[in-house]
Amino acid sequence: MIGLIGKKLGMTRRFDDEGRSVPVTVIQAGPCVVTQVKTAQHDGYNAVQVGFGAKKAKNTPLPMQGHFRKAGCDPLRTLCEYRLDAKPEFALGQTVGLDVFEGAEKVDVTGTTRGRGFSGRIRRHGQQRGPAAHGSKNVRESGGTGMHEEPGRVLPGHPMPGQYGNKQETKKNLKIVAIDKERNLLLVRGSVPGHRNGIVFIRRSR
Amino acid sequence: MSNVIDSLRYDALRGDLPDFNIGDTIRVAVRIKEGGKERLQAFEGAVIGQQGTGREKTITVRKLSSGIAVERIFPLESPNVANIQVVKRGRVRRAKLYYLRDKSGRKARIREARRK
Repeated sequence: MIGLIGKKLGMTRRFDDEGRSVPVTVIQAGPCVVTQVKTAQHDGYNAVQVGFGAKKAKNTPLPMQGHFRKAGCDPLRTLCEYRLDAKPEFALGQTVGLDVFEGAEKVDVTGTTRGRGFSGRIRRHGQQRGPAAHGSKNVRESGGTGMHEEPGRVLPGHPMPGQYGNKQETKKNLKIVAIDKERNLLLVRGSVPGHRNGIVFIRRSR
Repeated sequence: MSNVIDSLRYDALRGDLPDFNIGDTIRVAVRIKEGGKERLQAFEGAVIGQQGTGREKTITVRKLSSGIAVERIFPLESPNVANIQVVKRGRVRRAKLYYLRDKSGRKARIREARRK
């Protein structure tokens, strides 16, 4: 099943039939252009490569310009490949939109989370801070990392400071609230990884 | 692109609610579903703040219910808010009347507006 590439536009709220408030994320999903069709015969496996988002030709490397010329489209910013079981029924240069989610109830959305840089344990792992008063100096310190001579090492996976965010993450089983095919908008319930205008990859949930 | 989000936030809003301001006393009719039946329940109190805009706009209404203060937040665009009536216009100098929470009795009154 093929998915779409989209852009996270932001969040708002909707009301359902019961009058309950539903938080929704608005995603501009597609339209995507088929830039390459791979078949088992020719490439060893079946897949469709789609692209999304305009890009200036002068910022596109010449080999890529050739790749887009083959598909008969303008240079695109993001490309993504979707593997298929059967021989793909897509034509080169074909535009795909929200029709691919016809009949789907839930989708998975993959995005790059907001980067928070090198963060401490409090922000990164949600741990408590140390006491601030009575001469205490370990207000935001890491504290202990384990035992003494046995085992004499820090256990793997121990929460420590480090890079937080700016990492690919997938949110699964997000309910589709509405689809606006005219404006290529997909409204899903809840939040989606990444900042506004961030690129997201949308797939039908398994 | 932000105009797409704006259109979802501001288009086709209900226009049936009266104009009211912070400090006004209003009566909100709330739709309540009980055992398959639907009825309206009134909640009358002072508007002590509003949050958000467009479809996300909410107001906080405070009232005294048998001596105990009750605050309720209403999403204005919710279909459960059936209608709103303005009971009294108040004259206040703040956008948020959270100071009322620390006052009681005569101190917790809102002056009525002279004329509207």
